[in-house]
Amino acid sequence: MTATSLFLLILTPLCGGVLLLLANRRPNLRESITLITATLLIVQVALMLQGWWAQELLPEWRYDWLPGLSFYFRFDALGLIFAGLASLLWLVNSIYSIGYMRGNEEANQTRFYFFFTVAIAATMGVAMAGNLLTLFFFYELLTLSTYPLVTHKGDERTIKSARVYLGVLLTSSIALFLPAIIWTSALAGTNDFRVGGIFPETVSASVLSILLLLYLFGIGKAAVMPVHRWLPAAMVAPTPVSALLHAVAVVKAGVFTIIKVVVLIFGIDVLATLPISDLAIGLASFTTVAASVVALRQQNLKRLLAYSTIGQLAYVVLAALLTTRTAEAGAELHLVVHGFGKITLFFAAGAIYVASGKTELHQLNGIGRLMPITMVAFAIGALSMIGVPPTAGFISKWFMISGALEAGSVVALIALLLSTALNAGYFLPVIYRAFWLPAAENDRHGEAPWPAVLALSITALLTLALFWFHSPLLTLAWQFLEGASS
Amino acid sequence: MSFASHVIIFLVAVPLAVAPIISLLRVRHLPWLMACITSLFVFVLSIQLTQSVLDSGDVTYALGSWPAPYGIELRAGALTAMMTVIVSGVSTMALWFGRYGIYVEVGEQRAHYFYAAWMLVLAGLLGIAVTGDAFNVFVFMEISSLATYVLIAGGPDRRALTAVLKYLIMGTIGATFYLIGVGLVYMMTGTLNFADMEMRLADVENLRPVLVAAGFITVGLALKAAIFPLHVWMPNAYTYAPSAVAVFLSACSTKIALFILLKFDFFVFQKNLAGHDVQFSWFLMPLAAIAIIFGSAVAINENNIKRLLGYSSVAQLGYILMGASFVTYLGLSGGILHIFNHALIKATLFMAVACVFYRLRSAELKDFAGIAKKMPWTMAAFVLAGVALIGVPFTAGFTSKWLLVKAALEAGAVGYVLLAVVLIGSLMALVYIWKVVELAYFKPATVDLSRVSEAPLMMRVPLWIMVLMTLYFGVDPSYPVRLANAAAVSLLGHLS
Repeated sequence: MTATSLFLLILTPLCGGVLLLLANRRPNLRESITLITATLLIVQVALMLQGWWAQELLPEWRYDWLPGLSFYFRFDALGLIFAGLASLLWLVNSIYSIGYMRGNEEANQTRFYFFFTVAIAATMGVAMAGNLLTLFFFYELLTLSTYPLVTHKGDERTIKSARVYLGVLLTSSIALFLPAIIWTSALAGTNDFRVGGIFPETVSASVLSILLLLYLFGIGKAAVMPVHRWLPAAMVAPTPVSALLHAVAVVKAGVFTIIKVVVLIFGIDVLATLPISDLAIGLASFTTVAASVVALRQQNLKRLLAYSTIGQLAYVVLAALLTTRTAEAGAELHLVVHGFGKITLFFAAGAIYVASGKTELHQLNGIGRLMPITMVAFAIGALSMIGVPPTAGFISKWFMISGALEAGSVVALIALLLSTALNAGYFLPVIYRAFWLPAAENDRHGEAPWPAVLALSITALLTLALFWFHSPLLTLAWQFLEGASS
Repeated sequence: MSFASHVIIFLVAVPLAVAPIISLLRVRHLPWLMACITSLFVFVLSIQLTQSVLDSGDVTYALGSWPAPYGIELRAGALTAMMTVIVSGVSTMALWFGRYGIYVEVGEQRAHYFYAAWMLVLAGLLGIAVTGDAFNVFVFMEISSLATYVLIAGGPDRRALTAVLKYLIMGTIGATFYLIGVGLVYMMTGTLNFADMEMRLADVENLRPVLVAAGFITVGLALKAAIFPLHVWMPNAYTYAPSAVAVFLSACSTKIALFILLKFDFFVFQKNLAGHDVQFSWFLMPLAAIAIIFGSAVAINENNIKRLLGYSSVAQLGYILMGASFVTYLGLSGGILHIFNHALIKATLFMAVACVFYRLRSAELKDFAGIAKKMPWTMAAFVLAGVALIGVPFTAGFTSKWLLVKAALEAGAVGYVLLAVVLIGSLMALVYIWKVVELAYFKPATVDLSRVSEAPLMMRVPLWIMVLMTLYFGVDPSYPVRLANAAAVSLLGHLS
């Protein structure tokens, strides 16, 4: 493989985007282009993964741009995990989108599909970034390209929410993340990712502490409180956008960056010695508990899922900050596990909306009998959020709790256990309502259009399958920590 | 002497000679065509000049073969060469781009005078760049300024007249201050040649008049360069000038004054006045920082897009000044690179606005609502140039800001403040560019746009050439970086 195959990962979705712009007036052709592009992307990522397993030399590409500043593409194991997750779920999401967008008779569908492809291209760039600068570039591109998706509906309220989305993400990244990158490059002379960290020993602990906080709050996509407000604001988007971007690509780009910074910029051994990491763990713990408490009080299904996402992201941040290898592996696993589970939940929420127009929790009485497939899938996703076997959520939570025990962090342990209880506290009543309470007399809808049902069935099955077949993923996670390069 | 050795004088002489000829031509498209060809010719010459400067060092030319301190000497180093490329390049693109707009805004009756004045501005700006004589700078400054007043007064709106009067008064004060300063230096040294001044000042014992001269020259040129707080004339002049003129001036006129300021200061004053470098830094650094914050803040609250871009220029000039005020290699090369990048970016932005103005006859922000559906190419160009203005990687705006940031990190404690200023300034640029983008793309139209269509092809092509150059010099900045580095080396060379 050559460096061209790296460019192709970005160019494939972009070219697909241009093609579907040309197919503006022919919806069937347009949707076929989306599906074909998504399939092509999966094939390419799969080839990369296969090359990694076969221990071939994966291509890398560097362009020295200004002295001390370069653009660098290089896959590591975590990058492959992320690229695999995003490309796989993009295909599923495209199937779902067709059902949802047509079922809802949304306007401006071409624009919708186009910006989706741009966002996926940006996600691929984030996944294979070999240094912070490259990552930052695609991180920002991801923010910008998702704005038109969030603001899709275009009314006054949507634009206002979308402005919060854009404002919080851009302000945090330019005001905190970018200075942190510049400072890092000035101290270390490079911003390339390297296992064990890049800072020379001369850098004092207090400087590193400030940097850690800059990264933690600057990477706004990880939604550590108080930089979380954009996430509920983004829920004005159509559900497929919330599903893929705000449960997978955008938020995962955030925690992905956090893991990368912890392992490859600071180095887990260095970070473990910093006193500030206790404070950071405290912040993440607070976020996960607080978000769960807020979720308990939500009446709107999508907002409930949004706050649940904030809590789940904080798990990943928390585990990454614990700096034991088990916890890091747990963070990496949870990135995927939460992706499968949360996209299922969003798909279900969207399917309910398309089929019945319902958005509030109290309307869901008895809906399990009207939409059995959707609600079973919802239940699987919810159980995975709580961490009940045999869903994938159990695996990652196991690793995270073991990691907390190894690190001897009481705060983290309490946060993990307490929020698990809270997760159960807000998800189980929904399931109870759906299956055990009687439906209202005049409810006579069935399932959503079949592409939507198909998509959510696939992701629910994936959530179950991952419980049994998680070992390749775990191998990749370990390889990332050891810095195995092919 | 061969043709090649005369390149430097042709830069000035050709447009100067063409100007009266154009004023006599009254055939429909001929004045425009002639101006375009002349400008293009000069552009090619300046590229050639730059190449020979990069290959074999400074180019000098003794006017009338009179040797240096007696006759007037033309001299081009890397900085000069870059300025000639910017001036002639933007002039060419603005002329090509401006044909339709100028017919509508200036009127066909007066077009030939207008193009003649344009040639005079071009000759004047290039003259300032290439001459090695301090008084000669004043003469060319007057030529270009007087002709500039004519260009601005040609604007479609009668408010152009008050704007130009304000500019005229401020410009005259600036030029007079400059002349007083040059007079004082002449009094103490008996020479007007920059290089000669530098040497003779070493023997001057009483330096107080020279210090006064430095004050006059700095303030006078700061006025011409619209450095905060002497910027008041500039946003209005850009707003009411014909659109093509705004494109040309926004990229060139203030920057050429800044160029002379740097040249005078580094060639003549820095070495000979004890502690001048510190004075220079501490005088300009706060001004630069305030200019960035203030200019951006006003731009955010502006309701007219041309004036918004004008205030954005106040802020962007602050970046250039900040780079210079570090008096370090990195700072200077960042600042000088920003001269190049900002010229490119701001000209592109003004072009995009001019396209909309051509169709809409308005530059009010509220009228831009929903325009992107009608003019997708134009607004896409605006977005890309705006992204470059903010300083996103892979656009021209990033490279210079990166150098400035690195220079700030070298500067110790005060550097962290300036680093914060650069970043906050970029965030504020994001806000005012976003204001336009949000209106154009995501708001429904407030005025009747049913008869508005995309700008003519001959406006869009130059616009997009500029956009592509902005992107090209973001991805591969080696050419301007080489020039800026060479310029920084030569400026600093005068200090030791």
